[in-house]
Amino acid sequence: MLKEPAPKLPLEQLEANFADINPPLSERQALEEGARCLFCQDAPCIKACPTGIDVPQFIRQILTGNLRGSAKTILSANILGQSCARVCPTSVLCEGVCVLNAEGKKPVEIGKLQRYAVDPVIASGAQLFKAAPTNGYRVALIGAGPASLSCAAELRKLGYEAIIFDANPQPGGLNTYGIAAYKMRASEAVKEIEMIRALGVEIRNGIVVGTDISIPELERDYDAIFIGIGLGETEDLQLPGEELEGSYDALSFIESTKSKRFDQIEIAKRVAVIGAGNTAIDVVTAAKRLGAEEVYMVYRRSPEEMTAFDYEYELAKHDGVTFVWQAMPMRIVGSGHVEALECVRTQRSSKDPQGRYSYLPAPGTEFRLEVGMVIKALGQKRRLGFLKQVPNLELHSGCVVIESQTMRTKNPRYFAGGDCVNGGGEVVDAVAHGKKAALGIHQMLEATKGRRTHA
Amino acid sequence: MPDLSINFCGVRSPNPFWLASGPPTNTAYQVMRAFEAGWGGAVWKTIGEPIINTGSRYGSVDLKNERMMGLNNIELISDRPIDVNFREIAEVKKRFPQHTVIASLMVESKRETWHDIVKRAEDSGADMLELNFGCPHGMSERGMGAAVGQVPEYATMITSWVKEVARTPVIVKLTPNVTDIAHMAVAAKAGGADAVSLVNTFNSLVGVDLDSFAPRPSVAGYGSHGGYCGPAVKPIALHMVSSVAKHPKVNIPISGIGGISNWRDAVEFMLLGATSVQVCTAAMHYGFRIVRDMIEGLENYLEEKGMNSAMELVGKAVPRVEDWGNLDLNYKIIAKIDAAKCIGCNLCYIACEDGAHQCIRVEERPLGDLRHGVLPKHVPQILDDECVGCNLCALVCPVPGCISMVEVNTGRTPMSWKQLQEARGRSPQCSVEELLSRGSS
Repeated sequence: MLKEPAPKLPLEQLEANFADINPPLSERQALEEGARCLFCQDAPCIKACPTGIDVPQFIRQILTGNLRGSAKTILSANILGQSCARVCPTSVLCEGVCVLNAEGKKPVEIGKLQRYAVDPVIASGAQLFKAAPTNGYRVALIGAGPASLSCAAELRKLGYEAIIFDANPQPGGLNTYGIAAYKMRASEAVKEIEMIRALGVEIRNGIVVGTDISIPELERDYDAIFIGIGLGETEDLQLPGEELEGSYDALSFIESTKSKRFDQIEIAKRVAVIGAGNTAIDVVTAAKRLGAEEVYMVYRRSPEEMTAFDYEYELAKHDGVTFVWQAMPMRIVGSGHVEALECVRTQRSSKDPQGRYSYLPAPGTEFRLEVGMVIKALGQKRRLGFLKQVPNLELHSGCVVIESQTMRTKNPRYFAGGDCVNGGGEVVDAVAHGKKAALGIHQMLEATKGRRTHA
Repeated sequence: MPDLSINFCGVRSPNPFWLASGPPTNTAYQVMRAFEAGWGGAVWKTIGEPIINTGSRYGSVDLKNERMMGLNNIELISDRPIDVNFREIAEVKKRFPQHTVIASLMVESKRETWHDIVKRAEDSGADMLELNFGCPHGMSERGMGAAVGQVPEYATMITSWVKEVARTPVIVKLTPNVTDIAHMAVAAKAGGADAVSLVNTFNSLVGVDLDSFAPRPSVAGYGSHGGYCGPAVKPIALHMVSSVAKHPKVNIPISGIGGISNWRDAVEFMLLGATSVQVCTAAMHYGFRIVRDMIEGLENYLEEKGMNSAMELVGKAVPRVEDWGNLDLNYKIIAKIDAAKCIGCNLCYIACEDGAHQCIRVEERPLGDLRHGVLPKHVPQILDDECVGCNLCALVCPVPGCISMVEVNTGRTPMSWKQLQEARGRSPQCSVEELLSRGSS
């Protein structure tokens, strides 16, 4: 039990609070918005998309009424085009480089148009792609997040058997469990994966690699292995009181909003969230929408240094979050459950070797936030425990080192992609990694043709 | 303040903006509303034996976000009794004596029938008559409209019947669905026409429904060809007006019609020889109120040009419409891109590369996103020595003023193709390049 829970909101209110933040375009809106696209040659939006979606082409296809063709253009470049349409930071990717910006105009709303094209195809369950005839090679993929899903889909198109092992009950990884509910529901993420399953990708959920199936077993039974395990739990605060009831980590908090009914999630009247990245924004907005009256976002540095995208910051402001800049948490206090977060103001001092200012506590500026819940959103731990089980893997700062053209690791039978490689990126980056890795695997196995490595 | 009034065959009209014969001029109610809004004249919806119309009647062509770039209709002439129409004309003339009312007429091709309708029209007080020899659909199947206007002998004959009794000026409205519209204007004049109006609508089939296979507009799943008008036809109409204005055997006033939506369009028609202009589609799209800006725009334009009267515009550009063979082959322009304005869409590049003369180069764009720094902008480069001055890049460029066509001084005196042919005859031993470089001097 929390010390001071927020008054329970009725379920309809909660549903409304988590309603689609970016509702789909109507046909008329889509046609009008699509007509704004200039159909650039060698378009910058394509170049800015990690998966290289042919944006002008798919918009033109919307305009001609070839919606199925439009969806195919998108999904052939990015099999998770539905998720990406909702969660991509388009303002720093395709829309950010739209040439209309250069004329001082609003860029074409590419993300919304992509959603307009893809949603009906996903909803209808239509199968746009075909697997190639099976070539006898088998690839195991660890983790069922965007990187593995993308890699597996590409592998099927090339004729490989692709079997994904995932510890969670549902596939999708962070796409299913980690996206703010007002951007995408878990059910939508899972529905999107149907098209990948229908390609013949096998997803074995509830299997922990290293426990339920060993690494040597995988190596024995598969020709190549793709590591798409993402990152681990949220970093520790290393503060006294972290064990108190009411102290959460961001990912499990978001996960609860994705897997429980909104009226079954506990929320305190006052909540402090530690961190200022995009995940922290997801947490503060969710806390507000669940009914918390006061939500503090506590960050050691200044607003200019926050890592959240501008539009995410705007969202938090819009939701009425209280920002506590230049404050460092010292301890969580309470007896049995969280009662307050004690902080100290920080002072900016000299720049560190990376050119970032360091912020040091200013003695005598201690203060206390009376909160019933503290949620840490500090970035995720590397999954060193697992990665160390894989022989000959090279790691750098806990990330898997790969050859960037093929996504091949130092162990030649292993490939990797997604957050475990880049330390935490966008869904679209993971999809791009998966695609590249599939081609890398294909290249490797083509080269070793006739020399089967598994039984 | 410049004088907008015009003199058309001796009839004074408060301004050159007339409503064309069509749905907006079906009733006295509409015409009076139009005159109140500022229209200078109206050509009544064609009067003849009342017809029965179908539903639906109109189909349109949209272009991206623009509605009704082109409009097609299968509506026929007036479905109201002849005497009602004439009574209403009389009523309008009583209330608006200064405005121009023109009775558009179409009856079967009998001399007595034409004599009768002409007299009744003039008795109603109409200022002029317009003979509808143009309607391309429906009526033409019954031997009227374009069926007359497409045969010069018929056009001459019926015009002369009308002129036997008419006391008011007779305008013959021409169909564009002929090989040479100037030839038809000559035929109308031969019959005694005082003026011509052009163009009527173009034969058209505006589209087919991809699910039902019914042509649009559909009447119970079937369609018929109709008449096409609206902004899409303006360039064709402009050419036809200029060809009639230029023809030495015509030389009678022209009322210009075809896709006129605003004062700029009107000025173009007048510059190419029209004394008045007629508007229909734009009024059907937006209502009579569009005339306000037409009046103001024309006034401002005349003032800026230092002209006192709208009549000064008439035909001013006609001498500049030349045969291709008289154009200067030594005139050279090339494209110039303003790098500061360029937004990097590369549409000029691909248009030139695939659709023109491969005179533009651009570097391929690198990969990149804003998380890792903005993409560098590569401004396409015109290959000055290769550019043929075709305009295509400037036409496709979405940024106003970004690509301009600039004149290059070749140091040569002008020489047209016709002059070149003469020079070749005189000096068969010289190369074309040599002759061009000498010029016509």
